[in-house]
Amino acid sequence: MNLARTFATTGRVLSQIRHDPRTIGLLLVVPSLLIGLVAWIFTDTDVFDQIGPAMIALFPFIVMFLVTSIATLRERRSGTLERLLSMPMGRGDFLLGYALAFGLLAVAQTAIAVSFAVWVCGLDITGSIWLLFAVAVADAVLGTALGLLASAFARTEFQVVQFMPLLVLPQILLCGIFIPRDQLPPVLETISEWLPLSFAIDALQAVAADSESAEWILSKVLVIVAWIVGSIVLGSITLRRRTP
Amino acid sequence: MMNSADAATGAAVIVDDLHVKRGGTAVLDGLSLAVPSGAIVGLLGPSGSGKTTLMRSIVGVQVVASGSIEVLGLPAGSAPLRTRVAYVTQQASVYDDLTVRQNLAYFRRVLGAPASDVDRVIERTDLGTVVDRLVGSLSGGQRGRVSLAAALLGEPEVLVLDEPTVGLDPVLRVQLWELFRSLADDGATLLVSSHVMDEAKRCDRLLLMRDGELLADDTVEGLLAFTGTDDVETAFLRLIERGAPDLPSREPDRPRRARHAAEPEEPEHLDAADGEVSPGTSPGTSAESGPEATR
Repeated sequence: MNLARTFATTGRVLSQIRHDPRTIGLLLVVPSLLIGLVAWIFTDTDVFDQIGPAMIALFPFIVMFLVTSIATLRERRSGTLERLLSMPMGRGDFLLGYALAFGLLAVAQTAIAVSFAVWVCGLDITGSIWLLFAVAVADAVLGTALGLLASAFARTEFQVVQFMPLLVLPQILLCGIFIPRDQLPPVLETISEWLPLSFAIDALQAVAADSESAEWILSKVLVIVAWIVGSIVLGSITLRRRTP
Repeated sequence: MMNSADAATGAAVIVDDLHVKRGGTAVLDGLSLAVPSGAIVGLLGPSGSGKTTLMRSIVGVQVVASGSIEVLGLPAGSAPLRTRVAYVTQQASVYDDLTVRQNLAYFRRVLGAPASDVDRVIERTDLGTVVDRLVGSLSGGQRGRVSLAAALLGEPEVLVLDEPTVGLDPVLRVQLWELFRSLADDGATLLVSSHVMDEAKRCDRLLLMRDGELLADDTVEGLLAFTGTDDVETAFLRLIERGAPDLPSREPDRPRRARHAAEPEEPEHLDAADGEVSPGTSPGTSAESGPEATR
């Protein structure tokens, strides 16, 4: 590990994005737009109050997964990844640098999404808005970490794109949005109890309803953080300096 | 600049019995060669002859089936070499959405080179007028020079350059070769690949490759004298026609090469050439009348 190289990478990724204002705009606004759309769809019902918290977890998670896996894919295609790996760049430094850069973006994106959901769409949050924010940020960074894992694992761009349905969609299907998790068939329920997105949705719904203590919610966040760390470690093991 | 351990052998890179497979087929099948320290060595051969694979192996980013590669006395790709060996890929591997300066500043930090290095390499590659432009907005030749500039950061002892002059106008090509020469004069070792045969005369030594095999390893003069030709392109064809008894064997003071030379070449493999030898070849050279080339 070398923090100078990690931070150099973070700074470099952020300056790349700074040269692309449209990407910044999309990154920051798209999750909020989608949350607004969901709120609009369910205008005359109370559904939005039930699924609104889950939407705060879902959209930033998906967007960050996609953006991150494509960004690192570009790095592979342009030959810059190979160049970096022929330099004294640690594989962990590289992935962590990316995670930090996109993590910062995730903070901004989530802040906008949470604010938009609560103050514009009128999402009813009984618990602490700070806790809601903390869970949502952890979840968006999880999207980044899984995106990094996917692109470290993939050898081609086609593979990366297919990791999206493979890693993300099952989590969405099993996280309790479609049907409460305790009503799933037992095997699926057990699987869902291990998936990080389930922790995020549980925590967000608990904050919204103020049904659990802050410690309980933070313990869920801790599990998400463990998944983030695990993905980056696994990604740095999978990334190869030598390629066929 | 030269490591004392290498000074004994005088070789910056020693490749011994290298086997590399890509996509299931053998690209390099038992290649042995040495790159002398402080020299410009031209790696010449048609597209598909295994030049890039050899270079990737030397840099340590290629999965190698078997064989050994020593660079500056260390196994290729080992951690201490990552600041001492620089690699420039055929395609400019720099960030299009950063400025020239931002690119170089980033690679400098990754290498841990002194901050003043950025201005030094900008100066050396003559990029002063475009430092604040996005690399994506530059011409192909300029982007290539940014990629080269990044490789000069931290004053590497070995530079592996894959077709650095492709698509450049003649003036720029001459300038680049002057730059290579000055780097070698400063003690660096350069392995430069090209499929343009007339760039060969600017090299101290030549490695001629074809179908993953080494046809010749000699100085330009030695090669021309041996083949009785006056340009490298014809010499290359002559070697293929003759079924090339190995040139290196003429130099008994180079044991590595002699060892390689001891291996008999398969004549049927070598007496054929196709139009791919060089884009500059005019059709109808005698070599083309040979039997179907073995692939």
